[in-house]
Amino acid sequence: MSSLISLARFLPETAVAAGAAARFSTAGGVAAYKLPELPYSYAALEPVISGTIMELHHSKHHAGYVANLNKALEEYADAEAKRDLQKMIALQGAINFNGGGHINHDIFWTNLAPEKDCRPPTGELLKGIEARWGSLDKFITTFNAQTAAVQGSGWGWLGLNKATGGLEIAACANQDPLAKTGLVPLLGVDVWEHAYYLQYKNVRPDYLKAIWRIVNWENVEQRLAAAKK
Amino acid sequence: MAFKLPDLPYAYAALEPHVDATTMNIHHTKHHNAYVTNVNAALDKFPELKGLGLVDLNKAVGTAAVPADVATAVRNNGGGHWNHSFFWTVMGAPTDSNGPSGELKAAIEGAFGSLDEMKAKFNAAAAGRFGSGWAWLGVKPDGSLGITSTPNQDNPLMAVADDKMIPVLGLDVWEHAYYLKYQNRRPEYIAAWWNVVNWEAASENFAAAKAGKVFGA
Repeated sequence: MSSLISLARFLPETAVAAGAAARFSTAGGVAAYKLPELPYSYAALEPVISGTIMELHHSKHHAGYVANLNKALEEYADAEAKRDLQKMIALQGAINFNGGGHINHDIFWTNLAPEKDCRPPTGELLKGIEARWGSLDKFITTFNAQTAAVQGSGWGWLGLNKATGGLEIAACANQDPLAKTGLVPLLGVDVWEHAYYLQYKNVRPDYLKAIWRIVNWENVEQRLAAAKK
Repeated sequence: MAFKLPDLPYAYAALEPHVDATTMNIHHTKHHNAYVTNVNAALDKFPELKGLGLVDLNKAVGTAAVPADVATAVRNNGGGHWNHSFFWTVMGAPTDSNGPSGELKAAIEGAFGSLDEMKAKFNAAAAGRFGSGWAWLGVKPDGSLGITSTPNQDNPLMAVADDKMIPVLGLDVWEHAYYLKYQNRRPEYIAAWWNVVNWEAASENFAAAKAGKVFGA
């Protein structure tokens, strides 16, 4: 379990400079975390992911994580100010779940793009994929097998192992962020049932087959370049 | 002797409007069926485990009785098969649902103060289970009623369970159990579910649990 976090780094600098109480607060619209806008319309990923799913996923599920995260952080700041250790410990679950949910979905929306705007991976990313799995197709087959096998709710990830410089596939449960494994997240696929059920029902493998049509490899390449700096 | 998908004790539409027919159909013929298929496949090379029967197989999850290389498959699919087999029996047509009576009613009031207070605790456990899982009302080792939730396809029979109990009622809160009708609105599903609870079955489960017996044993 990660050590207790200090919230100082969540504060906008103006609040600190103004000598305001050094405490996270959603009052006056000073919320540390915001639901990001999608880079495309809800219907833009059709027919691979329906507009209905995208709207629910973004405006209900992701929005819920952001709201609950802000609420938990506000309560945490309150508990921290009162030195209520029991409360701080009790809030860790909510911070983990909702913070992880926010991190993961924040990445996910950028990993996807309308099908017409997508093209195959190139450059260092393609080299890294081929080095590890032999070809893009073999990577996808392996990724899909591991991700389909996630029990219950979770995510499949392509990540960078900074120590080895190599790419790896990993699966995480619930909203556990990939960073828990030490890997840098490059591409995530949400396999919580809410991500696909309305359209694909129980057939998670069909969703996994289809999603590669809308993977924004340019974004994945950008993340890899940033991670390697 | 392979495990089999049990028939539902009612038609797929019987729990409408609270649980929709399409969900019941997919839930039974696809999700539950897959657990049955998978647990049979996993136990193919372990006839002694199959011979335990489904209840003792579940109780063995987390013990040395289940070899490491089949432990996860047994937990997920043996758990899934028991959980869903139990789930179908604790539900029934809304018009048949009257509320607890007799010993179960007395036990609920004794443990929680009132039926409403029990439901509030149960609903909180069901809504608060992050990710996939189940909420349970059950008889604890000391004979009293308790409420707990478990992740994924775990249940309180398993050795790995934090709070062991013999289930009296169980509610599936995996998204597949409610998403087609309720989408993200899990609390609405939980509230509606009480309309289809089969209190006669719950009473039978309670009586059996007090005698240390488990559904399906």
